[in-house]
Amino acid sequence: MKIIVCVKQVPDAKDVRLDPKTNTLAREGVQAIMNPYDRHALEEAVRLKEAHGGTVTVLSMGPPQAEEMLREAVSCGADEAVLVSDRAFAGADTWATTYTLAMAISKLNDFDLILCGKQAIDGDTAQVGPGLAERLNIPFVAYVRRIRECAAGVIRAERLMDDGYDLVEASLPALFTVVKEINEPRIPSLKGKMRAKKIEITRLAAADIEADPDSLGLKGSTTQVVRVFSPELRGERAMLNGSPDEQVAKLYEKLLPLL
Amino acid sequence: MDYFLSEEQQMIVDVARQITEEMIIPQRAELDETEEYPRAILSAIAKADLYGLYIPEEYGGLGGGCFDIAIALEQFARGCTGVATAFAASALGAYPILISGSEELKKKYMPQIASGEKLAAFALTEANAGSDASGIQTTAVLDGDEWVLNGTKQWITNAGEAQIYTVIAITDKSKGPRGATMFVVEDTDPGFSYGVKEKKLGIRCSSTRELIFKDCRIPKDRVIGRVGMGFITVMKTLDQSRPGIAILGVGLGQAALDEAVNYAKQRIQFGKPIISFQAVQHILADMAIQVEAARALVYAAAKHIDAHKNDMSKASSMCKVFATDMAMKVTTDAVQVLAGYGYMRDYPVEKMMRDAKILQIYEGTNQIQRNVVGQELNKEYTRA
Repeated sequence: MKIIVCVKQVPDAKDVRLDPKTNTLAREGVQAIMNPYDRHALEEAVRLKEAHGGTVTVLSMGPPQAEEMLREAVSCGADEAVLVSDRAFAGADTWATTYTLAMAISKLNDFDLILCGKQAIDGDTAQVGPGLAERLNIPFVAYVRRIRECAAGVIRAERLMDDGYDLVEASLPALFTVVKEINEPRIPSLKGKMRAKKIEITRLAAADIEADPDSLGLKGSTTQVVRVFSPELRGERAMLNGSPDEQVAKLYEKLLPLL
Repeated sequence: MDYFLSEEQQMIVDVARQITEEMIIPQRAELDETEEYPRAILSAIAKADLYGLYIPEEYGGLGGGCFDIAIALEQFARGCTGVATAFAASALGAYPILISGSEELKKKYMPQIASGEKLAAFALTEANAGSDASGIQTTAVLDGDEWVLNGTKQWITNAGEAQIYTVIAITDKSKGPRGATMFVVEDTDPGFSYGVKEKKLGIRCSSTRELIFKDCRIPKDRVIGRVGMGFITVMKTLDQSRPGIAILGVGLGQAALDEAVNYAKQRIQFGKPIISFQAVQHILADMAIQVEAARALVYAAAKHIDAHKNDMSKASSMCKVFATDMAMKVTTDAVQVLAGYGYMRDYPVEKMMRDAKILQIYEGTNQIQRNVVGQELNKEYTRA
């Protein structure tokens, strides 16, 4: 089974700042980590490989520094790593990102499954997974919390819902985004780290993926960040005083008209 | 201080540290309370390849030595000496086979131990054989193609959890020190069972139990080395393994120092953090000096042992005494710095102090280690 895992380098959530000029996340001088949900996607891919054989390729679009994260992915069990990196990609929104990733994937070998985290913890859009599936024209399942079985070109998975889960069947190739409930990511192994140190990371630039320059980066983006702000909390507030019994009675009176 | 680790050694430290920070530290208080064997953590250590650190590559290991396992153990002991002991005990159980075992025994057992798929344990101590190993009463008698073992081993680390036991038994009482032999016993062998789990002061998540042999029959080829060479294998094993105990003292001492300094920086008395008082600073300074001195000695001893297989005893015993006495003192001082809070189970230092005590006792008491150093000095100066 050939699996591609899309991973993104994000600022460590413990250390988040906004760039006051651009209103986007400040990435300079902030510790970068692998997006936590992508870590679960990688772990699931490695487990599938261990169970069914095959290969795991990690793919990231990002600046050259993202190489470090790709090496970490190799130390956790990925076989190959591909970094799609070019100045022309800068400022890409999810539309331009999925275009770039889709073009890059078309340059890689065939695949059976693409796994992504359900969203990145920086942008929180959760659009790249489904957008990429759409561009590649393959089935897509979001919020996968368990892959039950995978055989003969068919995959069955549990999709986490608010009130339980859906059992979803898809033909391969397909793209899944996963939630953190799916597994407990492993700690890198020593042999994995040694391999990661030596591995040659495939670099793809805009020209390598034969992308249309107008569809890349800020130029190819259909959204623009105008302003970032914390919404003000509105609505009326009232404090209920008295003994617990009195408070319950007052609350009941207030709620009754709303029912 | 910078010990100029190689890139590979730094990777060992990084992997062990990550396991310590993400798994051991968050679980240690609960493991101490429940006395539960840390299976999930040990299995993560196995997946990270660290069980194979000291085992030659031809047997599925990474081909490192005493130094490589020491730097991993140091990290684990920063988290929990109980977990670190449970991990180290498998190496102690494996060394007799590595040191004296036949090629067949090595091929059979080492890959399983290197992968962490099976755990090993070492069985020497008995009720009447502690510091005086010649008091061993467990016997092994050859009966056709099988050895028949009878007797009871006491306080065996990893007992009940390990699958592979290296056991010393008397094969010919009339031959004195040359009358003992080491064997491999598997957990499924007939006539082999375990006694009750001991309740301990510290390292409470590690398993300590009796091994009971009642007409336990094992195949003839489970002899480690030659018949009658048991004590020599035991001595070589302990020379090799003791720096592993010494480094537990270093990791534990470092953890106690970290807790004490961090506490002293934030605890306000008389309007100031207590680290600003010289009385506290001097305690912390002495702790730091001793931890670093012990680390330097253990690292040097481990490197000496890796380079001089026939001259290990003195270095091994010296570092064991120094680092474990240091750990007892430094953990006691950490409790003193945290004072009332330190005495409470809400803070980790009381556990560290309880855990430290065993380091001065097991794998040869520190008094026995001083005997070894003294005897080695006598030999050295006679030669010279």
